[in-house]
Amino acid sequence: MDLLDKLTILTDAAKYDASCTSSGVKRGSRPGMIGNTSSSIAGCCHSFSADGRCISLLKVLMTNYCVYDCKYCVNRRSNDTRRTAFTPRELAELTIQFYRRNYIEGLFLSSGVLRDPDYTTLRMIESLRLLRQEYGFNGYIHAKAIPGTSPELVQRLGYLADRLSVNIELPSQKGLASLAPDKSKAAILAPMRLIEAQGRQNKEELVKYRHAPAFAPAGQSTQLIVGATEDSDRHILHLTESLYARYRLKRVFYSAYVPVVENPLLPALHTKPPLLREHRLYQADWLLRFYGFRAEELLDDQHPNFDPMLDPKCYWAITHPEQFPVEIMTADLDRLLRVPGIGPTGARRILSARRTGPLHFDDLKKMGIVLKRAQFFILCGGRMREGLRFTADSLALQLQAVERGSLPAPAAQQLSLFDATG
Amino acid sequence: MVYEYDGSYEGFLCCIYESYVNKEFPIAFAGNEEFPVLTLYPVRRVETDLTHSSRILRSIESRSNRAARLLYRAFHTCMADREACLYRFVRKLYADGPQFLRRTSDEACFPLYKAVRHLSGELEKLRGFVRFSDFGGILGAEIEPKNRVLPFLRGYFCSRYANESFFLYDRTHGELLLYSGGRSRIVQADSLTLAPPDEQETRYRKLWKTFFDTVAIADRYNPRCQNTFLPKRYRATMTEFQSESVFIPEASPADAPLPSAPDGIPAPVTLPGSAPPAPGSCI
Repeated sequence: MDLLDKLTILTDAAKYDASCTSSGVKRGSRPGMIGNTSSSIAGCCHSFSADGRCISLLKVLMTNYCVYDCKYCVNRRSNDTRRTAFTPRELAELTIQFYRRNYIEGLFLSSGVLRDPDYTTLRMIESLRLLRQEYGFNGYIHAKAIPGTSPELVQRLGYLADRLSVNIELPSQKGLASLAPDKSKAAILAPMRLIEAQGRQNKEELVKYRHAPAFAPAGQSTQLIVGATEDSDRHILHLTESLYARYRLKRVFYSAYVPVVENPLLPALHTKPPLLREHRLYQADWLLRFYGFRAEELLDDQHPNFDPMLDPKCYWAITHPEQFPVEIMTADLDRLLRVPGIGPTGARRILSARRTGPLHFDDLKKMGIVLKRAQFFILCGGRMREGLRFTADSLALQLQAVERGSLPAPAAQQLSLFDATG
Repeated sequence: MVYEYDGSYEGFLCCIYESYVNKEFPIAFAGNEEFPVLTLYPVRRVETDLTHSSRILRSIESRSNRAARLLYRAFHTCMADREACLYRFVRKLYADGPQFLRRTSDEACFPLYKAVRHLSGELEKLRGFVRFSDFGGILGAEIEPKNRVLPFLRGYFCSRYANESFFLYDRTHGELLLYSGGRSRIVQADSLTLAPPDEQETRYRKLWKTFFDTVAIADRYNPRCQNTFLPKRYRATMTEFQSESVFIPEASPADAPLPSAPDGIPAPVTLPGSAPPAPGSCI
């Protein structure tokens, strides 16, 4: 099989993984080696595919042979599909040549489980060793740690890669038991705990010895599949929050489940992937990481799922009218960050600019702050925006109108003559 | 009074010097040597003198380093009425001190901030979207940016390809960034013809195109999102959006004798005439 076919098959098999980031590590060029890692901390997107997702890394599987039979996965052993594997040299050559042409920022290497997790990880280590040491590749590498791999191998993998990830895939033990019978929660969390402990230890070593080898300097991430099981948004968000706190993950990715297989336990084929739900989860994820929100503030027992028509921050704002309006000239950073439409950058610009004199709505606009949501919740020098009309009841509708163009149209409703009187 | 200068950053700083020495308020600037200025106002020809420009630069830096950085970046943007805006900004800096810089909505610095934000956005995109081709061991790429981005991409690509030789050509402004063996320079080049790709090159182009097409998930097809992040104006120079022809190798690409680029960097490109060294590449 030639390289073009292999690349097609192994990309096709890897594309459902959501994460494709090259952020979190800044490493300059080294003599005799090829490349560096992104000079900006946010990583670098090299292209955007037709589904609008960023392409930053060469995202491929080492092999799509797999001994597992996870029901939701394209690579499960019972699926009748073409199978192949890269040789370490092919993969290294491809990565280097793509990197030189500025197509990619580095390699994202995952794999189906060939024989057993240890054997698979050994093959991944061999590829990465070849790439790093023989080819002298100094760019970004993201590697998957396969659940069930022995700790020594995960450790070796971490010294070659910049970021490691272990995919949780299904947000609950029940989901795992029914859809991925070969995996268990304990087997997934074990490498995650190991990576966290090792990373912490490595940070201490690096303080003492400047040239100590770095263990996964860009930390670890994980992925949850949304919509394959019945788990609520509230459950997923609490899980996310505890993952950030307990395992110090850099990112949790959500992947709207795309039906690839007919199974009574899964949504039917041709079900649309729940993209809007995924979007709302990402919005909430940002609120947890950058805005100082906690999961229990956003969702509770009465509202276990997000409102599809309204983003989580707006929803929180209209259910907490006692917090508003916020005075732009005096509010502190935490309160500014709670205003829908104002983010960390905007809030800091306000803090800096208001030291020189009073700010008006026009000034905010010039500073790059979008007012279409924020205007309902702020005062400038004690005044509301001129000409703004709204009531507590109309606010939700006015906020929904802001996003209407990008939401699916609501189903048409027959008006009733009699409801109002009833 | 209209000031005519050579279009370089140093030249512009000399205009500021001249306006101070002659106690004038220039109403317009002409930075393009090729067209004689058509105006009824008197024209003053400003010669670039590095002692004058470095004096102005030092005095701006002594007032505010941030203002100096902002001025340098804004000079390389495509904002409307660029020199006049920058001149107003500098005057205000001398008159009022650097306090107004914090006030992003101030009418003297808002146009600069806006233009620099546009430049930064373009830089961030271009760092990823530049597509190099391998011409017998030397990497080469073309871009069509709106702003003059080469001075700012220089550090990024020189560090990324520290052990390679490469060139990056800015079609819009006719500027060429050359790098080899740890040294880089920016030169003027009005046009540039690239050698056709060889077999090895088209093979990787094809592999990349295949990867690009395969990695998209059909069920999530979302061209609007793609257009937001990857505006169409960048696609003219990106391999994955090209027509079939760029994926077919052409015969005898490397055999033809090729002229050398300045500084002894053998480049597989054709430069018309000899390119003079660019002024204004010192920062």
